[in-house]
Amino acid sequence: MSFPELARARPGDWLILFAGLTLAIGLWLRQADSLEGRVIVRLDGKVAIETSLRLNRQIEINGPLGVSRIEIRAGRVRVARDPSPRQLCVRQGWIAPGGAAICLPNRVSVENAAAGYDTLNY
Amino acid sequence: MQLELHATLEDRRVAALAAAAIGLTLAEAAIPLPLPGVKPGLANIVTLVVLYRYGWRTAAWVAGLRIVAGALALGQFLTPAFVLSLSGGVASLLLLALMIRLPARWFGPIGLSVLAAFAHIAAQLLVVDAWLLPGASILGLLPLFLSAAWITGLVNGFAADHLLHTQESTP
Repeated sequence: MSFPELARARPGDWLILFAGLTLAIGLWLRQADSLEGRVIVRLDGKVAIETSLRLNRQIEINGPLGVSRIEIRAGRVRVARDPSPRQLCVRQGWIAPGGAAICLPNRVSVENAAAGYDTLNY
Repeated sequence: MQLELHATLEDRRVAALAAAAIGLTLAEAAIPLPLPGVKPGLANIVTLVVLYRYGWRTAAWVAGLRIVAGALALGQFLTPAFVLSLSGGVASLLLLALMIRLPARWFGPIGLSVLAAFAHIAAQLLVVDAWLLPGASILGLLPLFLSAAWITGLVNGFAADHLLHTQESTP
């Protein structure tokens, strides 16, 4: 198969093709970077801490009832300890990708902002 | 009273070319598409060929008629889809008006086609972001749409280049 059209392409065409391809690939790569899993911790509905899901760490955050401890380990996140009376967010365990645990009495929420799309944000 | 319309040769030419473009638009609407918003834009082949052969004014007429009549035929006139189509068409025509002035030794139909496709999708994403889905993260879809525009722009450019070189006769 031969393409005489390709042979007729002029230098500027090649430049445009190459620049366009570079731009597209660059954007893909940048997006792949930004889609790494994030953990978003909110206090009173406002983002208090945003961190990577890849970094093992414990986060302590002071709510109106006391300290909530959030644990990030091996790419998972959970609320390890919380002063809320019914312990709903603690019993929820590891938070599924795209899910969130909400410790309402202590006004703390933890979101596992997973990579990728879901139908909602599409 | 009799109303007479005098169609000049130029009018007939615009009508014939617009008909070809509308045909492509309708045919394209029948193709199942993987993603809303990604489509080949085959009618732009006609715009490009007309631009090279008859100049920008005729190309603008053909593209404008295709956008309006195509939308009427598909039942999309004055819907968001029509506004998107119109904004993309206007943006790519404006860009083509500049590009066609560049030396032909350096820039051919393929380059113009890819740039016009980029202008097309950029204008559409701007309209979506500003009007249809304000606040939604359109930026996340940019790589996808840009890649699609690159491919469709390249393919349409090939087709336009091919037509310009094989069909010397004018309709």
